[in-house]
Amino acid sequence: MPRFSNMRTPLAKVRGLGSAHEGTEHFWRQRLTAVSNLFLTTFFVGVLLSLQAGTYADVIATLSHPVVAILLIGMMISVTLHMRIGMQVIIEDYVHDDGLRVVAIGANTFFAAIIAIASVFALLKIAFGA
Amino acid sequence: MAELQTKVARPLSPHLQIFRPLLTMVMSIVHRITGGALYAGTALLAWYLVAAASGPDAFATASWFFGSIIGQLILFGYTWVWIHHALGGIRHFIWDTGHGYGVEARNWLAKATLIGSVSVTILVWAIALIVR
Repeated sequence: MPRFSNMRTPLAKVRGLGSAHEGTEHFWRQRLTAVSNLFLTTFFVGVLLSLQAGTYADVIATLSHPVVAILLIGMMISVTLHMRIGMQVIIEDYVHDDGLRVVAIGANTFFAAIIAIASVFALLKIAFGA
Repeated sequence: MAELQTKVARPLSPHLQIFRPLLTMVMSIVHRITGGALYAGTALLAWYLVAAASGPDAFATASWFFGSIIGQLILFGYTWVWIHHALGGIRHFIWDTGHGYGVEARNWLAKATLIGSVSVTILVWAIALIVR
């Protein structure tokens, strides 16, 4: 056996999460949301193209259709998950000060959450006709 | 462990400014920049949706902005940024399968992404102008 093969505990080997304790979770989630983003944002741009000449009533009528509302809520969740991971990678690459990095990663999560909550709430409000 | 007596000037790993710019490298950087732009742009997206949910007046304000020259320029740029990042993502999916790492394949993918993103952007806006 290689000399250093026993440096990791058996539990750590089985978990396979590595030194960051997160394993490939971010990598995999980024790929999954990339797939859903591809389809859902394409759908959204199609919606926007069909609505650009529409009145306010047309926009509300389209956005309140259940299929449109469901897909756009899905898009906002998928997009905000994806962008949060992406920006975290950028922060981890370029922000070298430990304290600043923690603050930046926290702020990144808040921004993604605010965008997600505001958009999903707006879509639900339109869909439920309030 | 004893404290180091002298700080040795160790060599640092070379970064961007050391290398001659290559197409694949520029595309990698642009993928990251477009990702950052899309990130900021979601605020506009959220504004549009919240305005629509808030009522006709708020929606009219948002519509006015997106219909203005600055708004249209932002949307045009956003379209290209979105498509470029999306095509870059497809490129990453190809790489995830273990393919496309050769010199020719890399350069072909980089050019295809660039030509594709410009073409599709023009196509989307052509459709937008036709259906308007």
